[in-house]
Amino acid sequence: MSGSIPRREFVQSLLAGGMVFAVASTGCRRLGGAPAPHGPPGDGFEPSVYVRLDETGAVTVICHRSEMGQGIRTSLAMAVADELEADWSRVKVEQAPGDERTYGSQDTDGSRSIRQFLLPLRQAGATARALLEAAAAQQWGVPLSEVEARLHEVVHTSSGRKLGYGALVAVAKRLPVPPASSLRLKQPSEFRYLGKEIPIVDLFDMTTGRAQYGQDLRREGMKIAVILRPPVYGGKVASVDSTDAEKVPGVERIVKLRGTAPPSGFEPVGGVAVVAKNTWAALEGRRRLKVRWSDGPNAAYDSERYRADLERTARAPGKVARNQGDVAAALAGAAKRIEADYYIPHYAHAPMEPPAALALVEHGRCEAWTCTQNPQGARDQIAKALGMSADDVTVHVTLLGGGFGRKSKPDYVVEAALLAREVGAPVKVVWTREDDIQHDYFHTVAVEHLEGGLDTGGRTTAWLHRTVLPSIGSTFSKNVLYQSDGELGQGVTDFPYAIPNIRAEAGPAPAHVRIGWYRSVINIPHAFAIGSFLDELAHAAGKDPRAFLLECLGPDHVLDMASAGITGKPQNYGESFADHPVDTARYRRVIELATEQAGWGRPLSKGQGRGLAVHRSFVSYVAAVILVEVKPDGALSIPQVDLAVDAGFTAHPERVRSQMEGAAIMGLSNALLSEITFKDGRVVQSNYGDYAVARIDTAPRDIRVHVVPGAGRPGGIGEPGVPPIAPALCNAIFAATGRRIRRLPIGRQLAPAGARA
Amino acid sequence: MVKLRVNGVERSFDGDGAMPLLWYLRDELALTGTKFGCGIAACGACTVHLDGEAVRACVVPVSAAAGKSVVTIEGLSPDGGHPVQQAWRAHNVPQCGYCQSGQIMQAVALLSKTPKPTDDEIDQAMAGNICRCGTYLRIRAAIRTAAGRPA
Repeated sequence: MSGSIPRREFVQSLLAGGMVFAVASTGCRRLGGAPAPHGPPGDGFEPSVYVRLDETGAVTVICHRSEMGQGIRTSLAMAVADELEADWSRVKVEQAPGDERTYGSQDTDGSRSIRQFLLPLRQAGATARALLEAAAAQQWGVPLSEVEARLHEVVHTSSGRKLGYGALVAVAKRLPVPPASSLRLKQPSEFRYLGKEIPIVDLFDMTTGRAQYGQDLRREGMKIAVILRPPVYGGKVASVDSTDAEKVPGVERIVKLRGTAPPSGFEPVGGVAVVAKNTWAALEGRRRLKVRWSDGPNAAYDSERYRADLERTARAPGKVARNQGDVAAALAGAAKRIEADYYIPHYAHAPMEPPAALALVEHGRCEAWTCTQNPQGARDQIAKALGMSADDVTVHVTLLGGGFGRKSKPDYVVEAALLAREVGAPVKVVWTREDDIQHDYFHTVAVEHLEGGLDTGGRTTAWLHRTVLPSIGSTFSKNVLYQSDGELGQGVTDFPYAIPNIRAEAGPAPAHVRIGWYRSVINIPHAFAIGSFLDELAHAAGKDPRAFLLECLGPDHVLDMASAGITGKPQNYGESFADHPVDTARYRRVIELATEQAGWGRPLSKGQGRGLAVHRSFVSYVAAVILVEVKPDGALSIPQVDLAVDAGFTAHPERVRSQMEGAAIMGLSNALLSEITFKDGRVVQSNYGDYAVARIDTAPRDIRVHVVPGAGRPGGIGEPGVPPIAPALCNAIFAATGRRIRRLPIGRQLAPAGARA
Repeated sequence: MVKLRVNGVERSFDGDGAMPLLWYLRDELALTGTKFGCGIAACGACTVHLDGEAVRACVVPVSAAAGKSVVTIEGLSPDGGHPVQQAWRAHNVPQCGYCQSGQIMQAVALLSKTPKPTDDEIDQAMAGNICRCGTYLRIRAAIRTAAGRPA
């Protein structure tokens, strides 16, 4: 993709194209038809860009998606190995560099690695298996129907003769690649690895300190750079006094970096770089820099005032995003009418590994190594910044110490490339935690205004949702004031409930900071408001929230996007609604499963409460039931969380559970603790001391993940666990205490009045 | 000149004694298993043992380690087979893995002082170590296993 295009807006249209590369439609030599940029030329057997075998029988799976904790290096390798009938102990995983023409999309976000690449990787394995079988049949002079691959050997079924894969490579690599349509894929019952619990391939390295991340990169002659960036988005260096910085032993160069004015997209914001022999010298040098900034207009940004602006906007009608029936009339005629405003603050991604990149520019080429979710974007951005062709730029991908969307933005990789060119040596740019928290692509900030009407039977007759937040598009284009169709499609326009009158509106909201996508993205504010307000309506109706949710969903049905009154183009996370409809039966099933497992309705002790919320995102369905206990002093603990997830077929159930556990913890950070605020255009927080995230003593005693068994098209897993957490938690707090939380984070709001400092 | 022992090897460093042990280990000795997370002892990613005590290497100057013995994740066990490492693998604890060196070093220090910690003791001892992926429940389970308790 071109780095200047926002991912949520335009990338989705490229997704279908991404898959084409992986599927052979003719008898070309390799799937995708493009030569691999690496690997042993000629002597290996490379039936696909995703897999290689050598004459010892060793299998190498090429993983083109970034590993950031979701286990993708393992799951994709399992897909290849399974269809290949490979012995798992002989499978190695190699990380692909950024190369869209060869691999298809490598943009590892949007929870799409499995949903878009499980099938192509299975096909890659099946292709290799078919060629090995054909090679054996040819060698033995027997019909293809009499041979079968079984666990790293091809067997002649009638005679029992066997040949190992390594021995077949020489013949197999000369055979034409069969068309994808001729491949026989396994039935799920035949899976040897998929759907099974296999330890991740990086487990040993991760428990012994051997795993290599971007921050760990080293290279002979490498310099370390840290950068002092403008504290206000759009600010510039007015003057620099580097006298003291240059005196620090080990400091070698001070380099002024020009930034890109807003909207700066994936490009660096500029600043002053200190290049040194080692990290400590660079940090000490930076501490001694005296820089005067010219802040620009965003210096007026104050998040407390901005909140008031958003609330004011949310009181007025906005641009209609969806209109079904007549909400105004239904509200006017309602027996009972309630309304509520919700506030969700900016968040920082704060992955444990701050961004880092190493680059080398020589002989008209650039080579970079980095922890990125987006090596292709990094490659394109470097090419643009250095005035090179992308063909002269190579971006290698390390493990990522967390990503959560931050590492989709390659600004830091470009910084390394610019400095490497300037210095004429390999340069590693190290971001500190302060850099990370103060110069993030922040999660947006939102006010969500909801109004609902009930009839005399407590049935919902009207639903008005007005959403006001700065759009991600503002980071990439000028004058963006409204959410895109893709952002509204994250809970608002795809609202599935069978309420006769539904209206959704978006209000204008100018951005003053870089807004980015953060794990589960705009689902966070939308799901918090929707999940909370449904609970408020249930209580207003005097009904059990679970029964009320099911009542609102109505009889099982698929949301008809054509007749839902959606004004823009309905968006579905890059998938078609035919393949992945909005299906209320699946909402119902996860609600039923989560509540059954949680013991919904069972009596609780004083101070305890259960809350329920459900949300569909990234075409997967997750319901959360959270049990809280609130002490009179406001101290909150969470004895139990039950999550039910329906994501269709799950390639690696154990990693599905771990992603859901992690999503619950991140959702709790968002709900309870985390907030980025701005004063004079500057981020107030600077490190984990003031940007609080959940620690082990905040973690629930128990998180139980219940996976709906499914054989259908896989949905996303990395993100969908997050959205229902905050509303389920706040609904539980209401059940326990009668206090309704409408502003996140909860912070000290539960403390007795007078102790809420 | 600072003399210290790192993973059993005698070392001497004639650079800036104020340099945090973290950067000495990572930049000078290439022991990158000890991670940089915050630089202010707020996240625990850089946890190492200094004469057997868990410390945050990002705030300990090299000079403060003079004459002492430092053990990093690389020195915990020659074959990665320390019981805590084994327990970590048995519970498939890591997601991204970045914080896990620090978590393991902290857990080893906890168990050396409190071989049978309660869950509250585990939470107290581990509360300085952030995992943004949210592996906390498995960390608790792995520590219970390493302590010989049911997970």
